[in-house]
Amino acid sequence: MLMLLLPYAVSSYYLGLASKILIFALFAMSLDLLLGYSGLASLGHAAFFGVSAYTVGLLTLRAGASAWLALTTGLLAAGVTGALFGLLALRTRGSYFLMITLALAQVLWGIASGWRSMTGGDDGLPNIPRPDLGLPWSLADTTPFYYFVLLIVAAAAAILARIVRSPFGYALRGIRESESRMSALGYNVWRYKYVAFVLGGLFAGLAGCLYVYLNRFVSPDYVHVVRSAEVLLMVILGGAGTLVGPAIGAGLIILFENVVSTYTERWLMALGVVYVLVTLFAPRGIVGLVQEYWRRKSAS
Amino acid sequence: MSFWVVHALNGISFGMLLFLLAAGLSLIYGLMKILNLTHGSYYLLGAYIGLSVVRGTGSFVLAVAVATLAIALIGALMERFLLRRFHLQELPQALLTFGFLFIFADLALLIWGGNSQTLPKPEAFAHSVHIAGIVYPTYRLFLIVVGLLVGAALWWFQEGTRAGAMLRAGVDDEEIARGLGINVSLLFTLVFALGAFLAALGGVLGGPIVGVYPGADFEVLLLGLVVVIIGGLGSLKGALVGGLLVGLLDNFGRTFFPELALFTIFVPMVAILAIRPTGIFGRA
Amino acid sequence: MTALTVRDLSRSFGGVKALTSVSFTVEPGERRLVIGPNGAGKTTLFNTIAGTFPASAGSIVLFERDITRLASYERARLGLARTFQITNLFQGLTVFENVLLAVQATEDIGFALGRPMTTYRHLYDKAGRLLDTWGLAGVGCQMVKHLSYGERRQVDLILALAGSPRVLLLDEPTAGLSAAESVRVVAMVRSLPREITILMIEHDMDVALDLADRITVLHLGQLIAEGDRDMIRSHPQVNEIYLGTE
Repeated sequence: MLMLLLPYAVSSYYLGLASKILIFALFAMSLDLLLGYSGLASLGHAAFFGVSAYTVGLLTLRAGASAWLALTTGLLAAGVTGALFGLLALRTRGSYFLMITLALAQVLWGIASGWRSMTGGDDGLPNIPRPDLGLPWSLADTTPFYYFVLLIVAAAAAILARIVRSPFGYALRGIRESESRMSALGYNVWRYKYVAFVLGGLFAGLAGCLYVYLNRFVSPDYVHVVRSAEVLLMVILGGAGTLVGPAIGAGLIILFENVVSTYTERWLMALGVVYVLVTLFAPRGIVGLVQEYWRRKSAS
Repeated sequence: MSFWVVHALNGISFGMLLFLLAAGLSLIYGLMKILNLTHGSYYLLGAYIGLSVVRGTGSFVLAVAVATLAIALIGALMERFLLRRFHLQELPQALLTFGFLFIFADLALLIWGGNSQTLPKPEAFAHSVHIAGIVYPTYRLFLIVVGLLVGAALWWFQEGTRAGAMLRAGVDDEEIARGLGINVSLLFTLVFALGAFLAALGGVLGGPIVGVYPGADFEVLLLGLVVVIIGGLGSLKGALVGGLLVGLLDNFGRTFFPELALFTIFVPMVAILAIRPTGIFGRA
Repeated sequence: MTALTVRDLSRSFGGVKALTSVSFTVEPGERRLVIGPNGAGKTTLFNTIAGTFPASAGSIVLFERDITRLASYERARLGLARTFQITNLFQGLTVFENVLLAVQATEDIGFALGRPMTTYRHLYDKAGRLLDTWGLAGVGCQMVKHLSYGERRQVDLILALAGSPRVLLLDEPTAGLSAAESVRVVAMVRSLPREITILMIEHDMDVALDLADRITVLHLGQLIAEGDRDMIRSHPQVNEIYLGTE
């Protein structure tokens, strides 16, 4: 409810920020499906985010594609990337998996950064227009775009929530807890992980599409490991395995970055420090801390 | 013909730098199961410290000594006071090392600025030499020799000492190791410091040919990871073979397809992942 | 038709020969005990039969179906269940959720993504009944990590039984249990119907000899004796190995 009334309360700057928070909340929730529910710690989730963003950008700028075509193709690109990377990475686990997902995504970054003629290199692709969906309100304006983002993120979040509450979601939790036991019970563990991986990639791709429209711009940063690390931190800070935790984590990190960047240029260091602190003191995240607090309270 | 020889040597000498980095990563992982993502920072900080020492004293040798020992110390401290708390918890350890990658990246930017710089070559190797019908910088040949020497030393350590035996056996045999009289916690710290030392060595030695600039930490970390993915995480042989392979590929990629340079690395990496996910010499 | 036939089964890794040409058959409904000193290869045998490790040589046939090349989840789907020597449960989930997952596997609902778990009432009912039958309904809401060791062993067994298996591999079911807890687990095992063939590793001789129909003895990866209680008791080689250990 609060989210619906936001445009009446705040200026368009903050509305843009809110849109950004919503997009990253979706991005974080998509990673939570992997990390929190399936136990797949990926340091390359930005790959899907960036691939869909670049697809949308390239199709819109170079091919003059309609918004619908660009969006669906962007999602398709993210899905295909997920399908491919999943095949390559999912035969390993733990540190190997972490390392391979990192490397795969970072190589994509290298391609995005190096292929100047196609992707504009480090300068990226500017002047991407907001989607024209034939609606009476132009999405080029902040407020309608905010509602657009709100609607899509809410729908996606609802679908994700449905997925994690389904038997499939429960199976993922079992896999997170003990893959060997799940195998012994008769589950084709690899296939479940693969489906989760591709789904996570699809939702991340959706977030990427929205983000490129928000900024009207795409650059290799979308796919850099720093971006993957950022979203991973959002999941862990908020609390992996809760869906709502990562969404909160996204809000916190975005706000934090916003505040920090007004005081200093050292936001990368700040991010690193938060990383270290969260790992040391709050590995179950904010939601974990809250749960711990309630449990202590009800025990006493 | 000479064109190929020059480029092959370029690839091999760069590959030796990658070997130093990957060897450190593999050593640390092989013994402690820690994926040390701060490795890129150790490389970069080593290079920057080396740069400052050379600027201040004019001695390349001193630069190497100070940089490698300083970074080894930082590595030892990180292992002893932070990473040890998460013994065998792979994700928190990886995240911690990752956080420090960021912190060091910004710290380096703060201290040494954002401009691209290079280390001057040491006097002894600043010239070129006539071999095999070409004129080739001695510095790169020096790199190849250093790489081989370090490789030999590490190989001796791994095969010839009790500590090395433990390294090969992996972290499972802690009880046995203690029984053999090996101080396991000291070994962990020393090996981590050794890994950091190797990365910093790579940084300083690489400074004259690769340069020192913000972002080198991420680039070099990526290449190091690709090396261990191809060669096998935890394998010294894999680090060498993978290092040379990636070095050559990277070089040829940059020469022939400057825009798609990373594709030449991407393809073999994907191929290895498809055929043998744990790398050529990796433990299955 | 035998329940389980193992022929010339071998497993080596890294130059170590854990199992060498082990062959035996288990009849349907039989309670077969596998014994041997530490390092004899008992758990390796189980892991190879269950599919956790591939066999280096030999074959495994489950009710006329050759499962040697099948993945462990495929073997589970054919009716082969197992428990684990070291607790291998879903620690972060409740007891009820643990059993629910076991039950879900048996009902072929595939990748049900769309509907919430709670709408699958028959799964809930079946899980509830399992817990009631085995007397653990009271701890259903507790997380597995908060259970006592004995209770965890019971949950382990329930998970293996959820799919009405045809062959059950029990890996040291009473290891680490107090006398009272042991009694309860043994009672559970003894009450199992003869539709389930049981292959069991056990160190507690009293328990083992009491439950078993036939005994297979392993030593250093090889099968050295096989027979009923009396035969094994008086077997010279077996006594030699176990001299002093009882």
